[in-house]
Amino acid sequence: MIDIGQDPTVSENELMITQMVQDFASRYIRPHVMEWDETQHFPLEVFKQLGELGLMGVLVPEEYGGSGFGYQEYVRVISEISKVCGSIGLSVAAHNSLCTGHILGFGSHDQKIKWLPKLASGAWLGAWALTEANTGSDALRMATTAVQDGDEYVLSGTKNWITHGKSCDVAVVMARTGEKGQSGGVSAFVVEKGTPGFSAGKKENKLGMRASETTEVILDNCRIPKANLLGAEGEGFKQAMKILDGGRISIAALALGIARGAFEAALKYSKERHQFGQPISGFQGISFKLADMATEIEAAELLIMQAADKKNRHEPVTKLSAMAKYYSSEVAVRTANEAVQIFGAYGYTKDFPVEKYYRDAKLCTIGEGTSEIQKIVIAREILK
Amino acid sequence: MKILVCMSNVPDTTTKITFTSDHKQFNAAGVQFILNPYDELALARAIELTEGGKGTVTVIHVGEASSDPTIRKALAIGADDAVRIDSPAIDAFFTASQVAAYAKDKGFDLVLTGRESIDHNGAQVPAMIGELLGIPSVSIIKKLVIDGTTGILEREIEGGKEIVHVPLPFIASCAEGVAEPKIPNMRGIMSARTKPLSVVTVTEAPVLTSIEKYETPVPRGAVKMVAADDVAKLVGLLHTEAKVI
Repeated sequence: MIDIGQDPTVSENELMITQMVQDFASRYIRPHVMEWDETQHFPLEVFKQLGELGLMGVLVPEEYGGSGFGYQEYVRVISEISKVCGSIGLSVAAHNSLCTGHILGFGSHDQKIKWLPKLASGAWLGAWALTEANTGSDALRMATTAVQDGDEYVLSGTKNWITHGKSCDVAVVMARTGEKGQSGGVSAFVVEKGTPGFSAGKKENKLGMRASETTEVILDNCRIPKANLLGAEGEGFKQAMKILDGGRISIAALALGIARGAFEAALKYSKERHQFGQPISGFQGISFKLADMATEIEAAELLIMQAADKKNRHEPVTKLSAMAKYYSSEVAVRTANEAVQIFGAYGYTKDFPVEKYYRDAKLCTIGEGTSEIQKIVIAREILK
Repeated sequence: MKILVCMSNVPDTTTKITFTSDHKQFNAAGVQFILNPYDELALARAIELTEGGKGTVTVIHVGEASSDPTIRKALAIGADDAVRIDSPAIDAFFTASQVAAYAKDKGFDLVLTGRESIDHNGAQVPAMIGELLGIPSVSIIKKLVIDGTTGILEREIEGGKEIVHVPLPFIASCAEGVAEPKIPNMRGIMSARTKPLSVVTVTEAPVLTSIEKYETPVPRGAVKMVAADDVAKLVGLLHTEAKVI
């Protein structure tokens, strides 16, 4: 079950965390995966349990109520959960690296004391709101505004594709405090649930990741204290880009988990399924697919762990995290695609797990920066 | 209350079992080892009994340094400290002798083990420890409650159950029902690195048995295994391969 146990480069902590997440996922997630997917049920209770295990604040230092681990351990957490259920992996990633990560990275000590213990313990669920209906990759042209009024900011606009938009207890919202298109024109704010004017709109009915809640977030003259501004006014876009550098490692880990899950299912099936008097794994047409899948997964993991290592050492990771996210996402899609092919007609049904990996994987090449945007980032870095 | 929990380091349940070429030893190459699942139950109950400052839990293991990651897992789950007797666990009497020699003058109120290890399945060590320490021994318990200085234990017997009252200190081997195995949390994993793991020199003890030969079962015929919860696959196979439905 544990495939990293013999690898000398994997630390004892990573191994123990891997086992812990596998134990938890097999007991509390795996039995419900298809039901949650079919009904689009967002299992809030699971996130409370994950919080008790310390998995909702993996990167948060102990002084703020977190687990105080680094990115390598974080990658293990996300990929092991995602191997079982991409939706839960995505939600844990969004909570940890986006919302919690933003407050951890750019909040003042008082702001950290106020929000991080609740987020890290899983008592509160976090959301992060950058994207809008008309501004995805082109986030600088966002329409949502924040206007200062005395000791308050008034936020107005609508955010789209927000993970936990409805169920969150707190959200980090990017809004324009300056001119459209200017990097210094965006600021980041913390908005708590229950603030008048802060509500969720339509819940998206998605192709995959159906147990992870994605909604619109509506800010209708939503008044928040000035103290909820993260960092200085005008720093929000730069902060968001830095958060996405880490977020890309998250999505890469998510993609790695999905790829591994699809690969392991296909490997097992190829040894059990007999055609023409032998297991189909005996045919080169199948075994070569498995060889490609395994090789690409290993390569993806190495890229991710390289980015994680640099991130831990506070070195620039823009290029490496974009490479890890781009490559791992594409590997997840290719692997899930081949897994369905290996399962044949069975793979096309909901009785077997690979159709879900196939649907879930596609999010990875789109969310938190499309593959094309990753290539722009990589190209910009190597052409500097 | 001071509790000692004995733990074995056993091959993962999904391991493909092979032996060395002379068939006298298990081939451990490439095998993932885990904390013996029955010992996990004993550990979980020990932690429950001492929660909130009501005592301490020490885990003890007879084995080599390669077992340390598994011992750290026991510490991550919640044991306070660990002892490793630095020797392979040669046979049941040797292993029991090591545990008894260590525990003899330490004043443990309770010694818990799993009902058996899932590798050799001997189930002999707990009773031997009890005998060597001169304390009562109760095997394969399903429930464990401590009332003052008395242990109230439940055992499953054919057609019913047996309730056993036994004075502390005693030793009991634990089966399913005693507790739910605990999943370590991140804080536990972090603190496991700093909890004490003492390595103790082996005590002279006789080895009473030797292994002549291991054999794997003869492979069965063309049986296709289908996971118990995979009804769709079973129906599919009955339809497309067996063609009986």
